[in-house]
Amino acid sequence: MDTQEIPPAQHDLGGNPRFRCTPVEPEADAPPDAFGKRVDALRVVLRERGLLTTDEQRLNIESLPEADYFGLTYYEKWLRAITAVMLAKGVVTWEDLQ
Amino acid sequence: MSAAHFSPGQRVRVKDARPERIARLHLRTPHYVRGRMGTVERMLGTFPNPEDIAFNRPAEPRALYHVLFDQPPVWNEGQAGDTLLIELFEHWLEEA
Repeated sequence: MDTQEIPPAQHDLGGNPRFRCTPVEPEADAPPDAFGKRVDALRVVLRERGLLTTDEQRLNIESLPEADYFGLTYYEKWLRAITAVMLAKGVVTWEDLQ
Repeated sequence: MSAAHFSPGQRVRVKDARPERIARLHLRTPHYVRGRMGTVERMLGTFPNPEDIAFNRPAEPRALYHVLFDQPPVWNEGQAGDTLLIELFEHWLEEA
């Protein structure tokens, strides 16, 4: 399988030694904080209006620059992805976000 | 495409493809099973193809399967008898 020599996408982590044998973080499953709840509420509203799907959100999370993908918090990545989809669809403009 | 092409117990091979090298795609098949042989456990139902949903395109229903693999060769670790069970869409599978 010559394709195995090509590095996989950054979210395709299975078997990557970098992520083996690291302790489970107890906070990882903690309920969302106030910021996380607002981001989730935004996601629900946009989904119900037919402006956002889970796969659009995932694609844009997985497309983040590597430093952001591994540096941002869970809900920060959600917000970045939601924003990217809304910009691409013209729901908001970058000027709106300034 | 919505009727199940594969049956429980059938040996299948995951397509050995990296189309994400050509364009920005939304693929749900992990790199570590591509090109590997596994066994169909069960058909889970048909679901709109996430590869299309992610780009806001009309998404055709595709059959989704649980496919079982021997784990040791996948990651070069584990013991004989260890297995890996994952969900794979039919268009990523071919008859082995």
